[in-house]
Amino acid sequence: MTTTARPYVGTALDRVEGMEKVTGRARYAYEHSPDELAYAVPVQASIARGEVRAIDVQAALTIPGVIAIIWHRNAPRLAPADNAELSVLQSARVAYRGQYIAVAVAETLQAAGEAARSLSVDYAGEPHDTELRADHPGLYRPEKVNAGYPTDSEHGDPDAAMEAAPIRVDATYSTPAEHNNPMEPHATVARWDADGLTLYDSTQGASAVRATLAALFTMPPANVRVIASHVGGGFGSKGQPLAPVVLAALAAKHVTRPVKLAVPRQQMFAVTGYRTPTIQRVRLGADVDGRLTAIVHEAIEQCSTIREFAEQTTTPTRIMYAAPNRRTTHRVVKLDVPTPSWMRAPGEAPGMFALESAMDELAIACGIDPVELRVRNEPDADPESGEPFSSRNLVACLREGARRFGWADRDPTPGARLVGRTLIGTGVAASTYPAYRSPSQASARLEPDGRYTVRIAATDIGTGARTVLTQIAADALRTSPDRVTVEIGDSALPPATLAGGSMGTASWGTAVVRACEALREQVSRSGDLPSAGLEAAADTKEEIGAQERFSRHAFGAQFAEVGVDVDTGEARVLRLLGVFAAGRIVNPKTARSQFIGGMTMGLSTALFEESLMDREFGDYLNRDLAQYHVAACADVRDIEAVWIEEDDPHLNPMGTKGIGEIGIVGTAAAIANAVHHATGIRIRDLPIRLDKLLR
Amino acid sequence: MTDMLLSINGDEYPVVVDTRETLLDTLRERLDLTGAKKGCDHGQCGACTVLVDGRRVKSCLTLTVTLDDREITTVEGLADGDRPHPLQAAFIAHDAFQCGYCTPGQLCSAVGMLAEAAAGWPSVVTEDVCAEPVLDEEEIRERMSGNLCRCGAYVNIVAAIGEVAR
Repeated sequence: MTTTARPYVGTALDRVEGMEKVTGRARYAYEHSPDELAYAVPVQASIARGEVRAIDVQAALTIPGVIAIIWHRNAPRLAPADNAELSVLQSARVAYRGQYIAVAVAETLQAAGEAARSLSVDYAGEPHDTELRADHPGLYRPEKVNAGYPTDSEHGDPDAAMEAAPIRVDATYSTPAEHNNPMEPHATVARWDADGLTLYDSTQGASAVRATLAALFTMPPANVRVIASHVGGGFGSKGQPLAPVVLAALAAKHVTRPVKLAVPRQQMFAVTGYRTPTIQRVRLGADVDGRLTAIVHEAIEQCSTIREFAEQTTTPTRIMYAAPNRRTTHRVVKLDVPTPSWMRAPGEAPGMFALESAMDELAIACGIDPVELRVRNEPDADPESGEPFSSRNLVACLREGARRFGWADRDPTPGARLVGRTLIGTGVAASTYPAYRSPSQASARLEPDGRYTVRIAATDIGTGARTVLTQIAADALRTSPDRVTVEIGDSALPPATLAGGSMGTASWGTAVVRACEALREQVSRSGDLPSAGLEAAADTKEEIGAQERFSRHAFGAQFAEVGVDVDTGEARVLRLLGVFAAGRIVNPKTARSQFIGGMTMGLSTALFEESLMDREFGDYLNRDLAQYHVAACADVRDIEAVWIEEDDPHLNPMGTKGIGEIGIVGTAAAIANAVHHATGIRIRDLPIRLDKLLR
Repeated sequence: MTDMLLSINGDEYPVVVDTRETLLDTLRERLDLTGAKKGCDHGQCGACTVLVDGRRVKSCLTLTVTLDDREITTVEGLADGDRPHPLQAAFIAHDAFQCGYCTPGQLCSAVGMLAEAAAGWPSVVTEDVCAEPVLDEEEIRERMSGNLCRCGAYVNIVAAIGEVAR
């Protein structure tokens, strides 16, 4: 496959929907109001395990405007689902505190809310276990981990190599549960009519929601339409249909009226997924020159009792550094907790915090500069699969970052730079993320007026998908972006993969290019443009199935400078630089925003984010944005992202790698490493709270 | 339920509202003015920020029945016809948003913030509270910290507002 530069790919086009978003005209899911609309407010279980014996709905039904209280006794029946999270109100069982047990439907939001609060629920509670521990007897080896990776990997004799290594690092790191918290809460407007079900849904993938809901309600997918024109962020939490969208459809069916349902922010901490907490042991063995002889990375994580979700925490370790002896493992325990799911760079983000912190510890143990240590352990090919990398420019990122950041003058001594009452330090860490691609379909149409319309059920959750697909289509059609309209966000369009796994542009772009190429061929064959226009379609299933075997990953290097207040222990990120190698960058403006956005969330992970489990009641305690802290404007100072040119012919027609997630990978390690450099204190447990820095 | 006449973006809207109803729900659910967003409904995220008599308020914490005789401005009212407000244009130019869900609140907040600074109001990072505030990056970051952005567009938001403030 060859990639060719075209005039519009690579230019900083403003977001095509920018004006709609800044004027308030862009409509998100909840902002559609069909006639006869009713409002739904869900009710959550207040026990962590047991059964709902009965719900007294009498008081609720007397509230003016209340239409129905739906719970498992009167809920419409759903077909069985592979994901038990979707079997909403189908049984009396409660698998975690916060699981949906009922929904109140009323004429107004206020009446529905009052009804939901007035329900009296009789539970048969059972003892629960919500605590993740490294010695939990329930830990088991899942069959595979998320994204289909093998659970464990082993090469050589890592135990013997560790034993023999002159330099060793053996440390345990932990990361807390974290909640995605997109600004737009999950929301659905559901309407049933003679044709079936229409959903305005806040989702990362309309095609997947259509397929799932059709199966649950035993209908052909053609009878379900899912519209997601604008989505207020997702970060993985809207990547697959979960309980709320099912509840909305079920409520609308029960009351035979259109229903609106938005998940209140507090409820998002139980029903919309989260990043599993992890406990990770990393062992690195090296010779005195810092060359790794052994890498062992073992992760422990949690999932719920009703759905296995095993995050691929140690998979980045499989490709990062050369070492002949290696082992990676994942062990999971099923607890009475909400079901974890995808959160921006699931696996890579927590896994690389541990690995890249351990690499910093190894650099210190060997007395080698941490940039140099990484360069020294650069592999020639994928260290586990043996496959060649389609392109790998980690070293270039490290070198360019070191140059821009002013790394060369760094004194490695920890705790040695006091400015006023602030200790200053710098740190580095590597980033990586796989370059996935998934089959999608698209159509391209030459309209009678000479304009083009490109259709694909892609989603723009803020990534700039609509904009970059416009650029890609313009180049493929040999026209300009202002003559191309890209229609996305609707399951009635040609089916496409979700906005997830950083694979949107690669997957959708391939389908768009192929459809546009097919259209150009038709145009050249047909001579005169027929009055109805011309249309062509493409399906990339075969092309992607037949792609050559390569290890495809984006890489990056992040450099952080922190200041730690000697008296309060407060850590602040003064400077953050990311240098990335992620194939061709389609739009430098939106790409920079993606990288910086990921790094900002990484900064937030490093310093603030932590969902605290209450063992007594089996609940995440901090369930709002006042208690679950995400970075605010004042927390983010000097942050910059740049990239190096990468021409990789083994990816896709555009030559792109995904960029939505790599920005969050490695940030927390770079910051923790900088905090160590500033203070001499090694923080192995995120977040880097001030109480951990006060000695 | 209460009968009211609301003044929004220069237009008058007769409405019948639930006395428990917030301005945010009135705008979004009764008047189809869906620019103001509901992110938390608890005054913690800022997505619902609108201007009441020129001052920024969180519409999710404001009961509609308290707004008799008040002038409400939402993001729909910032542009001058087809000409975007300078902040709206700057947000596009600096890519100061991604998903766009916090954007209406950021914009209304920025309009209110610029007015506060012009009126001489200091912030917690203002060194000389008696002097005219200078809206450097630190001041803008501090004054805009009531509006969360999960996509992480803060640096671009600060750049966009900085351009307009100068």
